[in-house]
Parts: sequence; C-alpha cells; structure tokens
Amino acid sequence: MLLFGRLADVAGWSERTIEAPPTRLSALMDMLAKDDPNLGEALAAKGVRVAIDKVVVNGNVDLAPGAEVAFLPPMSGG
Amino acid sequence: MIRLQTEPFEPGALLTGFCEGRSETGAVVSFTGLARASAGAVTTLELEAYPGFTEAEIGRIAESAKARFGLDDFLIVHRVGKISPGEAIVFVATASGHRRAAFEAADQLMDYLKSRAPFWKKEHGPDGERWIEPTARDLADAERWD
Repeated sequence: MLLFGRLADVAGWSERTIEAPPTRLSALMDMLAKDDPNLGEALAAKGVRVAIDKVVVNGNVDLAPGAEVAFLPPMSGG
Repeated sequence: MIRLQTEPFEPGALLTGFCEGRSETGAVVSFTGLARASAGAVTTLELEAYPGFTEAEIGRIAESAKARFGLDDFLIVHRVGKISPGEAIVFVATASGHRRAAFEAADQLMDYLKSRAPFWKKEHGPDGERWIEPTARDLADAERWD
C-alpha cells in the first residue's frame, strides 16, 4: 500500500506491505480506518482516489494478492 | 516523450535538441516554468510523483493533445523532488506543421500540468512545510479545454 501527499503525513508512513490482505478494497480501507481513525477519515475525504497496480479505480473492487494499492489525495499539479 | 527527473535541466538545451532533425515541422513552441520565491521568502518547493503512474497519466493527456491538435511531436520534462527558487520546474515543447496547433497544445498541456497532473506539491518555508492545492485560476484554466 502506498500513501501520497498529505495522507502519508496523517498516517506517519508512506509504504506498507501486508501479508494477508483483504480481497475487497472496502475491507482494506475499513482495516486501515480501524488501525488509524485519522487516516480512515482522510481516506474517505472528497477527492481522494485509489489506484490499483497504477490504474485508478472507481468504487469497491476486488484486490488480487500482491496488488499495489495507492491512495492519492487530490492532485495539485506541478 | 515524458520525462521526470530529480536533476536540474537546461531549457535551452532541451529546445535545441527538440528542434533538431525535423523536416515537416514548421512550428516549435516551448514553455518553461520556474519556481518562484513567494514574496521574497526563501522557500523550497518539493514535488512528489507516483513513479510509473505519473508519467503514464501525463503521457495519456499528451497523446490526446497530440491527436486533438495534430502535433508532430511533443516533449515534457518535469522536475520532481526538491526545487529551489529560480530553478526550471517544467519544460513543454510542441511541434506541428503550423504555429496555431503548437501554441494551443502547449497552452492546454500547461493548464493540465498545473492543475490535474499527478503531483503533490509541498512548500518548505520559514514557518515550516505545507501542502499546496491548485489555485482557482489553475482549475478554471484547465476547464477551458474540457
């Protein structure tokens, strides 16, 4: 799992691997929120997008084992 | 072509290279964005990208602009990491048969890069660091092309 921008500051980490991840994105996000309610709130904020294996996904999707899940706050441009 | 790099680049050298070896291109337009010091306060800009994802997203938009405006070619070079005031952050060059397409494509690409491109921008200043959002102007500019 990868966190970018402000999300990494809220969580205190930017990269983390889990051995036995949930198979649904919603379950993964619930897990993160349970561990860290501040992060949970930040992930649920408007404009935060999720990319799985570098492709943005909409809504709840399945997670394959070994998938790279990135949480992207609103882009600010360069 | 899209390139992200942590090292400084020389806009002049990029432009010279981009112009070389072309026969049908009549127009090359380039834009260079520089890091400004905010009201004289010495601040370092820090740009975060998602390696692989950021280039792919910018590439998609650039290919779309190439098709839309009928470009021969484009080059986008963008700094990532820490950038000091006065340094070049971004270079965009477009090549086409005639100038109108080259100007408009460069304009659109810069509006995209300033507001929607997958970068996260942080400013390091005397009071600490803060994340920067796109300005209302940048967002409105990008919407011109939708």
